[in-house]
Amino acid sequence: MDIPFNVKERPDTGLYNGKLGIWFFLASEVMLFGGLFSAYIFLRNGVDDWPAGTDYLDVPLATLNTLFLISSSVTMVMSWASLKLNDFKKYKLYTLITLLFAIGFLVIKYFEYSAKFAHNPPYLPSTNNFLGIYFTMTGLHVLHIIGGILVIGYFYGPGSKMWNSEPERFTNRIEIVGLYWHFVDLVWIFLFPVLYLL
Amino acid sequence: MTPEEVQHHIKTYVLVFVALAFLTVVTVGISYIDLGVKGGIALGLFVASIKASLVACYFMHLLDEKATIYWTLIATVISFLILIFLPAGAFLAQARIY
Amino acid sequence: MSEGHHKQSFWTKYIWSTDHKVIGIQYGITSLIWLLFGFALMAIMRYQLAFPGSPVPIVGNLLGEGGILPSEMYNSLGAMHGTIMIFLGVVPLAFGAFGNYLVPLQIGAIDMAFPKLNAASYWTYFLGSVIMVTGFFVPGGAANSGWTSYPPLANTATMGQTVWLFGMIMLITSSLLGSVNILVTVIQLRTDGMTWMKLPIFVWTQFITAFLLLLAFPPLEAAGVLQLMDRLVNTSFFMPSGLVVSGEVLQNAGGGSPLLWQHLFWFLAHPEVYVLILPAFGIVTEVIANNTRKPIKGYKSLVYAMIFLGFMSFVVWAHHMYLTGMGTTIGAFFQTTTMIISIPSVVILTALLLSLWGGSIRFNTPMLFALGFLPMFGIGGLTGLPLGLAAADIHLHDTYYVIGHFHYVVAPGTIFALFAGIYYWFPKITGKRTNETLGKLHFFSSFLCMNGVFMPMFVTGLAGVSRRLWDGGESYAHAAGVFQLNELMSISAWLLGIAQLFFIVNMIISLRSKKTGEANPWNATTIDWTDTTSPPLGHGNFEKVPTVYNGPYEYSVPGLKKDFLPQSEKG
Repeated sequence: MDIPFNVKERPDTGLYNGKLGIWFFLASEVMLFGGLFSAYIFLRNGVDDWPAGTDYLDVPLATLNTLFLISSSVTMVMSWASLKLNDFKKYKLYTLITLLFAIGFLVIKYFEYSAKFAHNPPYLPSTNNFLGIYFTMTGLHVLHIIGGILVIGYFYGPGSKMWNSEPERFTNRIEIVGLYWHFVDLVWIFLFPVLYLL
Repeated sequence: MTPEEVQHHIKTYVLVFVALAFLTVVTVGISYIDLGVKGGIALGLFVASIKASLVACYFMHLLDEKATIYWTLIATVISFLILIFLPAGAFLAQARIY
Repeated sequence: MSEGHHKQSFWTKYIWSTDHKVIGIQYGITSLIWLLFGFALMAIMRYQLAFPGSPVPIVGNLLGEGGILPSEMYNSLGAMHGTIMIFLGVVPLAFGAFGNYLVPLQIGAIDMAFPKLNAASYWTYFLGSVIMVTGFFVPGGAANSGWTSYPPLANTATMGQTVWLFGMIMLITSSLLGSVNILVTVIQLRTDGMTWMKLPIFVWTQFITAFLLLLAFPPLEAAGVLQLMDRLVNTSFFMPSGLVVSGEVLQNAGGGSPLLWQHLFWFLAHPEVYVLILPAFGIVTEVIANNTRKPIKGYKSLVYAMIFLGFMSFVVWAHHMYLTGMGTTIGAFFQTTTMIISIPSVVILTALLLSLWGGSIRFNTPMLFALGFLPMFGIGGLTGLPLGLAAADIHLHDTYYVIGHFHYVVAPGTIFALFAGIYYWFPKITGKRTNETLGKLHFFSSFLCMNGVFMPMFVTGLAGVSRRLWDGGESYAHAAGVFQLNELMSISAWLLGIAQLFFIVNMIISLRSKKTGEANPWNATTIDWTDTTSPPLGHGNFEKVPTVYNGPYEYSVPGLKKDFLPQSEKG
């Protein structure tokens, strides 16, 4: 016996289970990052000498990172669209490019962080609350990127076998992964101006 | 979505990508204009919201989504706004001795 | 999942199972053990409160010098009692156990929407609970800054607090996975004919609880991460500048705010109390409808009141923070919302009380616990009112009055409802019957002892005795007149513990008794009773997935020969 509406949509809601599930999960993620944004507002309002982002952070590098993530978002939705159009080869290509952009984001982040630790005196989370909340928010975001890379990588590799046996179910899974990935991009769209520019 | 609809959407995805890239440059550009702290925050968040809406509506297909999802998001947005504005409001309204 | 009937190994069938019934039982057994453990911690504390400075019998040599409970350990027992009872005990039992087992059965589904995720949520809970308890074995002992973990105290506390934070992160993750599952299951997997307004109230309560957990828990997870950063990498999110601890100025950047933790913590912890009570409302409704042989009065009112309650629960949290110097404007805002939120609770209690009117009441064990719940929850709710009013709270905050208030709601409140649920659904889960005599003894002794423990707390609280005092107020002049009540409360608590033996013995002998094979011994209307065997089929629950035609509480329908109309029977 199979669980109903795993692949085909339920008529009255128009949704399949996984899509509803991932949106609920994303709702909880909004509240998780919301908690950190709330902390940021609280901490910033509490002091008169909150530093400007440019005092510590590299805006050009982060702008490049922003463009990386936006690009990875469009390639992610293109890889899903390719599956909808029955083009498995294009799916693989777009997924690979998504992964490359994501890894590029991590590489730039690595340079950003190590530059801060190598600074004299080192810029650490404990140096002040601006750096503290910067490292915490971008750090949590990085963990989400890594999670996304692992899942997308799995569906690029061993997980893609499902295309041969259950193509519609596989396409749904890629749509769900895409929704998660777009959310990760969304968080960065807010993190970037809030931390770097304001 | 049928394959025909998907083909049509691909054009939209490319346009949205261009818009997002452009708005990213705009975001960085306006940070150089001196609007005061409050003005800077308002404008920066406004542009970020437009970018976020584009990602949500087109990449995440929210424009075509079903009522259940909309209601979930409305409930989430309301909780999010409560979380952002009430503690900050409580903080700003109180007498501070430290 | 959809494989043929091949033999499953012991491990697949009972340990790594993805079947919601097995997972529900796993949650149930684990949470009951933790409830007993949390109770034992309190039993030790209560010895110190009744006889301060005396050696504790039996476990004394585990505790400290001369068998006396040291004050730091008292604090650990207190913090862990609260944490364990709420996060390892009541919520996993009410939501994880009852929710997982019954929701698919009551809506006509063959399992939850995501069975593997379900198993993951149980094992995350199990792991998180083990991590929590290892805190007792680290240097300095378990967390000792209250279950509320306020900075700066929690930030500068011993290693146990770090363990607490890691444990909480795992428990919160488990909760989130479970919530997603319940929400999708109820929306997507209702069987044909099971419309929203035909759902049993039990399912409604689980659904709303899942929403609360989904949206309210993450800010606490964020706060937990921030406190971990403060403790492990010396950030100052919650640490103001210039703090002096034990005579030494702290070497950190400062500029943080202890109030930030309180806001993020209570943003969860207030909805959390509605997570604690909503499943209880659900269980009590089922038991009352069944044992009055009448439909519930005000089904729609109940549903709308609970939805309103769920929404309001997000905007009242700072009534836990009246004494933090918030200012009168914000205080007035939260006082107003707090007064408003008492209204749906009254609607719910009234609907349940009115449902008794004119009923053919059967006084079996589940019904006794459900009936006991009503006045106990009433006392708990009423005593919340002076706490919700900022002016009165100035006197009552952090006194035993608060402890009395919330224990009335959770202990003879929710826990009674959970016992009602265990006695009620025991025949369905096991196919066997519990012993009614032992059940009644369990109820009456527990009811008496619960009131013996918690009623005097209103007296000591009004006298001004603070909570979390190791000596129970002995060293304070204002406690002198009421101090002797401590002994009464402690003895009641120990008798309450002994009274649970009636339950434990009942469970053991009932589990060893013969199966009766009765599918619906209570003559209930909901499809968990009418369309499944006892216990339900391992693969897929239903021989034939039912279609629903009627509402959930069609008892004593005029013109019908039998006094109940099952939901799945064409009337």
